[in-house]
Amino acid sequence: MKLGFLVDLNLCMGCKGCEIACKVENEVPLSTWRLRVKYIDLGTFPDTRRSFTPLRCNHCESAPCERICPVSALHYLENGIVNIDSERCIGCAGCMMACPYGAIYMDPETNTADKCTYCAHRIESGMMPACVVACPVEANIFGDLDDDHSNISLYIMEHKGAVQVRKPEKHTVPTHFYVGGGNQTLNPLAHKRLEGYNLFNDVTHLEHVGDKNHGILDRFLAPFVGHEELDNKSFVESATSKETHSQEGGH
Amino acid sequence: MIENTVHATQAVVSLDVPIQGLVWGSIITVNMWAKSIGTGVVFLAAFLWFRHKKDDMPNLKWAMPLIAFVSLNVFLFFTLIDLHQPYRMIHIFTHPHWTSSITVGAWMASLFLGLITILMLIGIGEKFPGVPFKGCLLTKFGRNNASLYEKIFPFLVFLAIPVTTYTAIIMAQSSARELWQAPTEVMQMMWAALMAGSAALVFISGSWSREARRDLTLILAISTFFSFAMYMSEYFFSFKSAEAEAVLEYVHVGGPYNIEFWAGLTLGFIIPFFIAVGNMKSDNKTLLKFAALLALVGLFLVKDVWLKIPQLLPLS
Repeated sequence: MKLGFLVDLNLCMGCKGCEIACKVENEVPLSTWRLRVKYIDLGTFPDTRRSFTPLRCNHCESAPCERICPVSALHYLENGIVNIDSERCIGCAGCMMACPYGAIYMDPETNTADKCTYCAHRIESGMMPACVVACPVEANIFGDLDDDHSNISLYIMEHKGAVQVRKPEKHTVPTHFYVGGGNQTLNPLAHKRLEGYNLFNDVTHLEHVGDKNHGILDRFLAPFVGHEELDNKSFVESATSKETHSQEGGH
Repeated sequence: MIENTVHATQAVVSLDVPIQGLVWGSIITVNMWAKSIGTGVVFLAAFLWFRHKKDDMPNLKWAMPLIAFVSLNVFLFFTLIDLHQPYRMIHIFTHPHWTSSITVGAWMASLFLGLITILMLIGIGEKFPGVPFKGCLLTKFGRNNASLYEKIFPFLVFLAIPVTTYTAIIMAQSSARELWQAPTEVMQMMWAALMAGSAALVFISGSWSREARRDLTLILAISTFFSFAMYMSEYFFSFKSAEAEAVLEYVHVGGPYNIEFWAGLTLGFIIPFFIAVGNMKSDNKTLLKFAALLALVGLFLVKDVWLKIPQLLPLS
């Protein structure tokens, strides 16, 4: 069995239902995302359109994150899912440096790396991933790539010439596919991030990776004195930094 | 003008989450910088002992392992504090994953530090019998096993090569960052080690013979030149990769790291190179120490920039 994912971008309407379902199902903390839907505006007025691209871990067959993990916290399950064991993770962030898709984050509550696991816990119980269930237009298609009769295999065969993966040049062999995508939607260098032209201005860099409220010394003291209770305000502050992306030299 | 209205050339992100900030920051720069000194002094000691009599560098036998010991402990300390779960560092030894160069490097660096510690105990035990106090068992062990120094040292020199370069392999395994290409990073690490090692040894070379110090100065000059040449090659000729080219915009004019990058190159490479070349004949010890200090500062600045800029690029 080799589980895979396919998103038909022609169907996706950017409702972010999948994003919310993922957040709730996996209790993903504020300021971090396992799955996000990115809006990209194409063309110039009046000939414009908006595209929506859900982005999550690609569960690569040749996963750089699995290879670089020094303690096998990132590992393959028998069904092809690249899973993560947060109890073993040492928080070196090597996986975050290795993933070409920026799909891994440092959980600010556990101070360990985390990412989409295709809802491995749900699959184990015979359920579909939360994002698949939440999608109102069935743009998320999930199933066994080894089974020629699974929905995903049939979909891939039906859209043979139009199935794409992100950054194929990285030789990661993703098991996450897109139909209806283009260079502008799948290649992060093909679109611009301009301040002042977004639904939300100030698309900033996050100031902190991991637990922003506890410094280096706290990491050592935490097992003995514990952590202070965190509230939402502290995370919101980190996401509303004053320094804009353009000031940081982004493009 | 039609080309400006088509989708292919006009795509703007209108809603997205913030991009993750710097994951590996200046703590990792200190890590790499300190490791360069720690392994560099071993390379330099091997070269100098090959070229000169031991009497020409009377303090090298104990000072080299001492410098390496301090540097490697700084390197390992900064590695530890960069971990978000520092107490779990032990997992690298209890649950090693051998495809990861982080694992391989941690094992090799630990072995390297162990061997350097033995050399330091021998060197200090022989030179300063009363240090740190009379009857100290550690330095006594060193004195009693002085013959080990000659046996361990050749192995240490060979081990210094992978210990120096494994960080380059970590950077190569970081396949999200195209600026860090394995062949160039491996050579950059080697030049950085020679540069940092020679610069560090300059500070203890006051009592050396003029010929030995001239060789040390020569290595400083050569390593700053070739390291600078490599950075310039990457700066000007990385345009074959769209991602690397986009990353280098952060150090171009107007980029947020432009000043730090060029200040580092000027202070750490260009000025020390000319001072070192000029000093080959004049043998001005004060000026040479100034060049060494600049080289260490500049190397830190440039490494810091090179580490950070690929992390600013949106990956998805």
